[in-house]
Amino acid sequence: MEGDVVEYRIDRQSGIPAYVQIVRQTEQALRMGVLRVGDKLPTAKEVVAATAINPNTVFRAYRDMEQAGLVRSRRGLGTFVTRSLARPGAEDDSPLRTEAAAWVARALAAGLERDDVLALVTAALDEHEHERSGRDDRGHEHHRQDENDPGDRGRKQEDA
Amino acid sequence: MTGPDEPAALHATELGFRYRARGEWALRECGFTVPRGRITALVGRNGAGKSTLLHLAGGLLRPAHGEIRVLGAAPGGGAARSRVALLTQDKPLYPRFTVADTLRMGGRLNASWDQPVAERVVREGGIALSARVGELSPGRRTRVALALALGKRPELLLLDEPLADLDPVVRGEIMATLMAEAAEREVSIVLSSHVLPDLEQTCDWVVLLRAGRVELSEDADALREGHALLTGHVEEEPTLREHTVVHRRTHGRQLTALVRPRGPVGGTWHVERPGLEEILLGHLQDGTRGAKGAAA
Repeated sequence: MEGDVVEYRIDRQSGIPAYVQIVRQTEQALRMGVLRVGDKLPTAKEVVAATAINPNTVFRAYRDMEQAGLVRSRRGLGTFVTRSLARPGAEDDSPLRTEAAAWVARALAAGLERDDVLALVTAALDEHEHERSGRDDRGHEHHRQDENDPGDRGRKQEDA
Repeated sequence: MTGPDEPAALHATELGFRYRARGEWALRECGFTVPRGRITALVGRNGAGKSTLLHLAGGLLRPAHGEIRVLGAAPGGGAARSRVALLTQDKPLYPRFTVADTLRMGGRLNASWDQPVAERVVREGGIALSARVGELSPGRRTRVALALALGKRPELLLLDEPLADLDPVVRGEIMATLMAEAAEREVSIVLSSHVLPDLEQTCDWVVLLRAGRVELSEDADALREGHALLTGHVEEEPTLREHTVVHRRTHGRQLTALVRPRGPVGGTWHVERPGLEEILLGHLQDGTRGAKGAAA
């Protein structure tokens, strides 16, 4: 239950707003299973003491994630993860991860650089999405999002 | 959060000041409002009037014209004195005092003194309470002065170039301390600085002074969203006519312009969203345009 599960890094040169960086890094940690349901996010004070960013930036990031149903702030206690983004297959020891690692090793051995590898993956994803959208045309517009509409649950608690 | 009726952190109307009765105006016709709870960057070139403005807000100077209010009160008066802390550039500390003496003095001079906060700020910088102030490095002296200001538990903290002369590591540490204080309790901070990169992720309000006048007083995100950095062929320049061109430069056939669009921009341009630093630099550089009215 400690707030030291994740540590945020703010890249000041990236041009990406700091609150977006916090949201993305949290999502990433959720996807990788580094953060789990029930974990406590660092307090705004802890984040700003480590990164020297404006506290409102942290409040904003946490509020956005709360509205997306990922976390919930409990007054006086902190902000807690309420939903996992981990997909079966993304954990450290999953077969997909192992295959990816092997594939990446082959790509690097073949002389590709990081950007080339990323470009290949992106291209494969694009191709796949292209095929899919061609196949089921207007099939899947609804998202899983509204399963338990996290939108205004817990929106009352303002404090992070 | 603050209610709409709560007095602003800073509110100036027609504010003017000159150092000698017949001298040039250091500040003139300054009208702006800084809301409560903001971390404000006060920027401007040397001599633009930043220190003068902070000294007026801290009650060390009196306006020659107009007025400035801090937290709804007159600067330096009974209602403001305990709620506003000003850290001037010269960081007035007694060099022969130890750090502990300095904090004790802070306790004597301030009714609302918070010794644990002051000590924590000092300790975070690894400074011994027994150290003599005169023997501290500039960064550590700044930290002691900041401890004195924060120990007062001000609602409004005015800092005149707190980061000047400090190395990047110490600047980061000082900013982190300030941000942590702001996260913990509602404090409005106004700090002047030339170190624009340090302001990018820390400040959410900007007051920009240009030759004694307020050119900008705006929310930092609104500034980012309200500007565009355009790159294109010089022949496209006429399409910018109905927009405010803050700064432009040409290189051969290429034109780069920092623009405040007044509606959709026509022409063929590569459009980028500038960072706060680029926007501030654009406004600080010499331009041909005259001073524009402040937004607030």
